[in-house]
Amino acid sequence: MELKALIFYIFALSAIGSAVVVVTIRNIVHAAFSLMVTLFSVAGLYVFLQADFLAATQVIVYVGGILVLILFGVMMTSGRLEMQLQLERGQLFWGGIVSLLILLLLLGVIINTPQWKGLADDGAPSLGPTTKQIGNIILKGEFLLPFEVASILLLVALIGAALISRKEVRDEE
Amino acid sequence: MTLQNYLVISAILFTLGVFAVLTRRNAISILMGIELILNSCNLNFAAFSRFITHETTEPISGQMVALFGIVLAAAEAAVFLAIILSIYREFGTIRPDETDTLKG
Repeated sequence: MELKALIFYIFALSAIGSAVVVVTIRNIVHAAFSLMVTLFSVAGLYVFLQADFLAATQVIVYVGGILVLILFGVMMTSGRLEMQLQLERGQLFWGGIVSLLILLLLLGVIINTPQWKGLADDGAPSLGPTTKQIGNIILKGEFLLPFEVASILLLVALIGAALISRKEVRDEE
Repeated sequence: MTLQNYLVISAILFTLGVFAVLTRRNAISILMGIELILNSCNLNFAAFSRFITHETTEPISGQMVALFGIVLAAAEAAVFLAIILSIYREFGTIRPDETDTLKG
């Protein structure tokens, strides 16, 4: 097996394996750190898709931002007792059935769609570094309006999160 | 590496995320499941943009959509955790089945 394919399968297996750990392990802090491995592996898969800027953004935003936020959330909301997660058997059963059905449906569609068969990236031309292209497409191309809307969304989320999570100030009168 | 490799990986990640959302009893674990689902969506966008191209669109349009997906995930996680902190202050727990004041 050639080296590139080997590295690809290592990333794929570590993404899936650590995602399994995320959904099954009982200690929530361990689950959060396992999620970190998943996010790093998905960033590696982005590199294989020639999306270098996307991979860097994934590492910075997810691992550097969202995961730290999740760990802070765990720290501030769980006492010693709630660190362990309980599972209920009936819910486990039905949840397993539903997710298994979804997986089978998705795999059936993926395998049976004729247009997607045998598309390999060996012959496809290399995109080169994508950062400049992304800058052009945002500021000169069709993504200018979504970019501005996203910035407003982030501002709204920032103000909203600060407003919701602060302690309520009551009037002293 | 074919398109189907990426699609299968992303389908498995999506299923695991749905499983976490359905079975976990802690709101933060549910958030982790949602993050897995969003990651699988972004992986799909990037994969399709790499393997299937049209003359009318830029070759990195799918990557742009994935970037906006990451932005949405960041905003969603911030608001989600703010709501969770607020709920924890009010109820003293973040188990979704114990915060049922609105239940009829």
